[in-house]
Amino acid sequence: MNQSKAIEVKSVSKYFGAYQALKSVSFNIGSNEFFTMLGPSGCGKTTLLRMLAGFESPNSGSILLNGSEVVAIPPHKRRVNTVFQSYALFPHMTLEQNVAYGLENLGWDRARIRNRVGEMLERVHMSQMAKRKPAQLSGGQRQRIALARALAPEPEVLLLDEPLSALDLKLRQAMRDELRTLQRDTGITFVFVTHDQEEALDMSDRIAVLGGGEVQQIGTPTEIYEEPVNRFVADFVGETNFLDVDVVETAAGQATIRTPFGVALTVPATGHAAKGRATLSVRPEKINLGDQAQGVVFEGRITNKNYMGGYTHYTLDVAGTELRASRRNASREGDTIPLGATVPVGFVAGSARVLAA
Amino acid sequence: MSTRHDVKRYPGLGPLSVLFFIYLYAPLAVVVIYSFNANNIAGVWTHFSLQWYSSALRNTALLNALKTSLTVAAIATVVCTLVALCAALAIIRGKNVRFRKLSETIVNLPLLLPEIVLAVATLILFSLIDVQNGVIRLTIAHSAFCTPFAFLPIRARLQGMSLDFEEASADLYADRWTTFRRVTLPLILPGVFSGAMLAFLISMDDFITSNLLSTGGTTTLPVYIFSLIRSGTSPELNAIATLLILASLVLATVALLVATRGSRDNA
Amino acid sequence: MTDSVLHVAAEADRVPRVRFWHDLSFWGLLPSRLLMGFALILPIFIIAAVSVATRGAHGGFAWDFNLAGYRQILFNEGWTGELEFTPQYLLIIVRTFLLAGATTLICLLFAVPVAYFISRQPPGRKAALVYLVTLPFWASMILRVYAWMIILGKDGTLPRLLEYLGFPAGTSFMFNDGATLTAMVYTAMPLMVLPVFASIEKLDGTLIEASHDLYGSRWVTLRRVILPLTAPGIVAGAILVFVPSLGAVLEPSLMGGGKQMMMGTLIQLQFGGGRNWPFGAAIAMTLMALVMIVLIFTALRAARREVAL
Repeated sequence: MNQSKAIEVKSVSKYFGAYQALKSVSFNIGSNEFFTMLGPSGCGKTTLLRMLAGFESPNSGSILLNGSEVVAIPPHKRRVNTVFQSYALFPHMTLEQNVAYGLENLGWDRARIRNRVGEMLERVHMSQMAKRKPAQLSGGQRQRIALARALAPEPEVLLLDEPLSALDLKLRQAMRDELRTLQRDTGITFVFVTHDQEEALDMSDRIAVLGGGEVQQIGTPTEIYEEPVNRFVADFVGETNFLDVDVVETAAGQATIRTPFGVALTVPATGHAAKGRATLSVRPEKINLGDQAQGVVFEGRITNKNYMGGYTHYTLDVAGTELRASRRNASREGDTIPLGATVPVGFVAGSARVLAA
Repeated sequence: MSTRHDVKRYPGLGPLSVLFFIYLYAPLAVVVIYSFNANNIAGVWTHFSLQWYSSALRNTALLNALKTSLTVAAIATVVCTLVALCAALAIIRGKNVRFRKLSETIVNLPLLLPEIVLAVATLILFSLIDVQNGVIRLTIAHSAFCTPFAFLPIRARLQGMSLDFEEASADLYADRWTTFRRVTLPLILPGVFSGAMLAFLISMDDFITSNLLSTGGTTTLPVYIFSLIRSGTSPELNAIATLLILASLVLATVALLVATRGSRDNA
Repeated sequence: MTDSVLHVAAEADRVPRVRFWHDLSFWGLLPSRLLMGFALILPIFIIAAVSVATRGAHGGFAWDFNLAGYRQILFNEGWTGELEFTPQYLLIIVRTFLLAGATTLICLLFAVPVAYFISRQPPGRKAALVYLVTLPFWASMILRVYAWMIILGKDGTLPRLLEYLGFPAGTSFMFNDGATLTAMVYTAMPLMVLPVFASIEKLDGTLIEASHDLYGSRWVTLRRVILPLTAPGIVAGAILVFVPSLGAVLEPSLMGGGKQMMMGTLIQLQFGGGRNWPFGAAIAMTLMALVMIVLIFTALRAARREVAL
């Protein structure tokens, strides 16, 4: 991966009236990176994206695009293109005209525009429909044209604002793969905004998790999922169990803790190293049941179970604490633990995280 | 059978509505029918004739009035459509517009005041600053009170148009003027067109203001018709009325069709 | 930093999206401000001034402060300067209100059921019927009044029809308040149906079903569910009909004849052929004040309603 910086966001703050949408946010995005801003609605991710495009400007802080300051530069002078959530295809123009629009404004000559438009329509498999208008397209086709239109001028950065949210489930999965391929082929930096953690984990090189107008964590999908630095990230990305624990000793990124059900163990502590009350996060799929129980093993009673087909989710009562575990149904008989049974429960200490309380 | 238990159905509304539509159109139909009457007395039917149409079309006073009305309406339509377009862009798309609500009320002011009050007020103004030219007087007054009719469809259209299109255009390297010319204007054009049509119709139709402001040589069509009615109904008047009613209905239909067609395209 | 803090304090509304056309506000609004300022607001100030000016000897007026224009609405000045109460102009004002009110009520009576009927039609027919309601509005006003002169006048359609049916010949329905009212209702009707239709159309049909489900009859449902929920449209329609009706000129002057005047015709009369401009201006100011009271009253009610909801 190329390590040069395509985008530098430096202590950017943004107010809407008295409401602070962004609180001194800083991060860098590398060239050729597929970078995702993930967070719940109202976390500031769309505001950030709109600042990169030039539709909003920060109240303070600076934004650098390939090393030069762009805050004062209007959108039509930034070599950045956007795929809008609504696609915003011009309804009065044909698909061809839509794709050519940016190139015309850049002053390309006619022959070059014609070639590029043909090439882009080819790339998104829409060549036969060049003369149609956007109203005649399906959702997936509009998405493709929006991509073609935004990529045609060879932008330095492509911004994507929840582009998959309007598509149905099956199409969304296919478009994920298509987007990823497109990014690898073109080598353009993609900045992708979504509230869907699965999308983010699937597609991104790196993810910035945003919450409450602040960057909560930046990292690769594995880092974000396996090594969350705080409760917000652990909770927002994937499912997890939070246990109130006491840290009795810390040393070299490890913490020795006492769990509510009496077991003491030593676990990695990425975000928290202080002694005293803390939170232990254990993902449900990391908890093993019955004969599969390994690592720290204790006993629990099954109080509820939800059969999901591929998985079964169990709710356990462990000495008065509620724990959720999920188990893959590898065989037809996978879902065999009866409700009310008391079974061995275990997890490997290294798969849990200690976080601030 | 199913309608018997339809709780949203109130009995008797169908026949009442049929009567209502007959009521709306019967008076216009009466004028049209009598316009083909050969008899000199408008209300007494003798036999079918087109003679009143030919005499109407040879009536120079009528044609002069029509010319005045068309001149005034054409200029007023251009002026008030431009004024309304600028105002709508500023009010709906402008950034940091102070007194946005008040500015809109000012544009719509002619709708809130009785026309007769405006008409006499304008008459006093013109006599104070000594504007004698009838066409100038009428054009200024018509431009003012037709503006809301041009403004409302344009405003509705602009309000209904997503900002995404203009942002997408800017994102694709178009400056503001290019964006206006190639994206905003084409997308609000149906609104601009129907606004202009409505303003034109309102101007052509106006009696109260025109009656007070028109001078000897510059009688508008409704003022001329008023004088004809005053001197007694005549079959020729019926022919004129029929032609005008048809022209208005056709223009209004075109304006309404454009407005609805446009909104469907953008859905 | 202080700059941005000030900016935050100044921006009251939380609009998350920057408006696209940045500095349009001044130049965009300038033409409308100039046009309305010159052709509307300035004349209103002038007519307000003229209403307290002195009547000129040969028409027109002189800039001497004088309340004679307003006094004349209620009193007649005798030879010796004594004031005598004369109700003739007050009667015109009352008639204007009654006719405008009656017009509004009659329009409402027809508009609600018709609008409800239209809203229950399938989409295609619904659009066609709305179009049919709108259409006559665009035919010239003077011709729509004229049509009723042909129907009601001497040798008109209705008298002939009655004669044919055996009623005495030569009846005229013209030149009275009834004739004026007929034309006023006819010209105003589309203005009432459209807003009422718009609000009935927005009414959630399941609310009507819920009312019936809870043992409400059609009448109870109409009174306690449909009418309260369509009240904003009914009020809007009433304003659209009532306010222009107050200023009616064509209907009374063509249908009512010279004697049955309304405020509009009275004003017009004062400005024809060198009559009494200050008096006409005073009547015009009175009419405008009445309209403003009606508009402000309904705006306040609407605001209170919004707060209550």
